[in-house]
Amino acid sequence: MLRYLLRRLAYVAPIAVGVTLIVFLLVHIAPGDPISAILPDDASAEMVAEARREYGLDKPLPVQYGIWLWRAAQGELGTSIRSGRTVASELSMAVGNTFILAVAAGLLACVLGVALGLVAGLARDRIGDHLTSLFTLAGVSLPHYWVAILLVIVFAVENPWLPPLGMGPDSSDGWRPDWAHLQHLILPAIATALIPMAVIARTMRASVIEALDQDFVTTLHAKGLLPGRRLWHVLRNALPTTLAVTGLQLGNMLGGSVLVETVFAWPGTGFLLANAIFQRDLPVLQGTMLVLSLFFVVLNLAVDLLQSWADPRIRRA
Amino acid sequence: MSVALEVSGLEVAYRSARGFVPVVRGVDLTLAKGRVLALLGESGSGKSVTLRSVVGLTAREGARVSGRVRVLGQDVLAMDARRQLDLRGSQVGFVFQEPMTALDPVFRVGDQIAEVLVRHRGATWAEGMARARALFDLVQIPAAAQRLRAYPSELSGGLRQRAMIAIALACEPPLLLADEPTTALDATVQIQVLLLLRDLQKQLGTAVVFVTHDLGVAAEIADEVAVMYAGRIVERGSAEQVLLAPEHPYTRALLGCVVRGGYAEAPLVELAGSPPDLARLPPGCSFAPRCVSAFAPCGVEEPGEREREAGHRARCHLGR
Ligand SMILES: Nc1ncnc2c1ncn2[C@@H]1O[C@H](COP(=O)(O)OP(=O)(O)OP(=O)(O)O)[C@@H](O)[C@H]1O
Ligand code: SF4
Ligand SMILES: [Mg+2]
Repeated sequence: MLRYLLRRLAYVAPIAVGVTLIVFLLVHIAPGDPISAILPDDASAEMVAEARREYGLDKPLPVQYGIWLWRAAQGELGTSIRSGRTVASELSMAVGNTFILAVAAGLLACVLGVALGLVAGLARDRIGDHLTSLFTLAGVSLPHYWVAILLVIVFAVENPWLPPLGMGPDSSDGWRPDWAHLQHLILPAIATALIPMAVIARTMRASVIEALDQDFVTTLHAKGLLPGRRLWHVLRNALPTTLAVTGLQLGNMLGGSVLVETVFAWPGTGFLLANAIFQRDLPVLQGTMLVLSLFFVVLNLAVDLLQSWADPRIRRA
Repeated sequence: MSVALEVSGLEVAYRSARGFVPVVRGVDLTLAKGRVLALLGESGSGKSVTLRSVVGLTAREGARVSGRVRVLGQDVLAMDARRQLDLRGSQVGFVFQEPMTALDPVFRVGDQIAEVLVRHRGATWAEGMARARALFDLVQIPAAAQRLRAYPSELSGGLRQRAMIAIALACEPPLLLADEPTTALDATVQIQVLLLLRDLQKQLGTAVVFVTHDLGVAAEIADEVAVMYAGRIVERGSAEQVLLAPEHPYTRALLGCVVRGGYAEAPLVELAGSPPDLARLPPGCSFAPRCVSAFAPCGVEEPGEREREAGHRARCHLGR
C-alpha cells in the first residue's frame, strides 16, 4: 500500500507542476494586457513600462514563473484589481463557503446515488428499477443552471418556502448549521447534487448488476450465507467502479458549482470565479483557478487511493 | 439412515424463447454415506444442472424444478429458503469448476473460509481464521498463514481450487458435490487435486458426487458411476459394472472414445453426431439418431430403466 501511495504521488507531482504552469501562462495567453486593465487608458508609455517593472512583467517568462510560484506557495497571490483586498483573503472566504456547499451536495449525491443505484440494481428490470432509472435519466439530462433556475422559481418565487439568494444572515461568527443558514443551503445543494447523484446512481446500478452476474455469487449461495452477508460481497465488488466515478463527479461538481453559485449568489469560489471573469480581475482569476485545479488533482489522488483500498487488484496493476 | 443423497424424478426446465425447455428429465440417483459417485456425460447433458438442483441452486436462476431430493433424509425442494441456506455449506459442500471466478476477487481467501464457520458454526472471526488455517494445512496449501491473507488472484489455479475445497469442507459436511473440480487445471495439478480429494474423502468419510468428462478420473475415484444423456440417467451401477461391462450403447461409445485415443486403428464403437437439441427431442429413445444398435422400437417407444444385474440399470431396449 505504501509503495502504491509513493507511485501515485510520483505521477501526481508533474501534473501539479503542469497545472501551475498553465494557470501562470493563462495571464499571458488571455487576450488583453493585464497592465492596461490597471492603468488609465491615456497612460504614457513610461507609466506602462514603470508598471511592468513594478509587477515583474519585464523579466523573462521562466523567471516570472519562478517568482510567481514561490510567492503562491507562501499564499501571496496578489491583490484583487476590483476590491483591493488580497486574493488570499478573498479566496479563503470563498473556499470555506464552497466547502460548505460541496460537502452538503457531495453527501447528498453519494448517499442518494449509491442507495438509488443499489435499489435499481437489486430490483433489476422490475418496477423499482424502472422508476429509479427514469429519475436518474432525468437527472443526467437536465443542465445545472436550468435546474437551479427551476428550483428558484418553484420553491422560492411561486411558493416562498425557501430563500432564493445568498447563504444566510451575515454574522461575525460566520456560518453555523442552524435553520437560518441551512434553509439557504437546501436549494443550491440540490441543484449541485442532481447530476453527480444521477451519474453515481447509474454507475452503481450497472456495477451491482455486473457483480450479481458473476459466478462467485452462486458460491455465496452454495455456502449458505445469509442475504446481508451476500449483499456485503456484492457491494464490495460494485464499490470500486462507483468510487472512481464518484471522484470524477465530485470534481465535475466544482464546475457545476460555478453556475449554481452564480444563480443563487452563493459567495463561493465559483461565484468569485464568475465575477473575476466578467470583471477581468486577473489576479483573482489566477488564484481561484490555481486553487480549484490543485484541489482537483488532490481529489483524484484521494479517489485513486480509496479505490485501491477497495479493490486489491488495482494495487498491483 | 445410511443414505446421503436420494434423488427421484428430478425434472428441471429453463425458460427460453420457445417456452420451458426440459434440461433434466426425471433423474433418479441414490448415494450411500461415504461413497463416491461419478456423474458422466457429454457437454450439455445436464450434469451441472442436476448437481445445482440437489441443493436448490437452480430455482434462483428461474428454473422450474420438480421431483424429490433428499439430503440426509431431509426433503430439500420442500424446504423454505432459509432452511436451504442452513443446509448449504454446513451439510453439503460444493466445489465449482472454475476456481478463478467461483471465489470473490475482492475478499481475502481466509475471510472467505472463515465466513462459512461464522455463519454455520457460530464461530467468532478469530476462531474462524484459526480453523481456516487448519483447513489450509488439511488441503496442503504451503505457507498457510501468508496465503490466508492473499486475494484469489494472488494464488495459482491449483491453490485456488484447494482453497475452494477448504471452503466446501469447512464444516465437514457429510455430502460433497464437486462439479468438474479439476477440469480447469493444468494436467499435473489435476492429478494432485484429484488425489487430495480422494484422500480427504477417505479421511473424512464424505459422500461425494463427482461430475466429470474424464472416464479415467471416474475409474480412479468412483465407487459408483451414473451416465447422463439428454437430461436422463441412461446407465448406473457400480464402477466395475458400468465401466467394465457397459450395457448402454451410449456408455459403450463413450468408453470407445477413450480407448481409441490410445489405439488409433482399433475398430470400436463410434460416437458420431452431435448432442441432441433438448427443445426438440426425437420420439422414442433420445439417443436413437446416433445409436449404432438402434432397431425398430427405438424410434417409437421410450425405453424404461431396467435392472440388468443387482444394482446395474440401463435405459435401453436392447436385451429385453
Ligand atoms: N442458468 C441456465 N439458464 C438456461 N439454461 C441453462 C442454464 N444452465 C444450464 N442450462 C442449459 O441446461 C443444459 C444442461 O446444462 P449443464 O450445465 O447441466 O450441462 P453439463 O452436463 O454440466 O455440461 P458441461 O459438461 O458442459 O458442463 C444446457 O443445454 C444448458 O444450456
Ligand atoms: S434404446 Fe435403441 S436407440 Fe436407444 S440406446 Fe438402446 S438401442 Fe440405442
Ligand atoms: Mg457442467
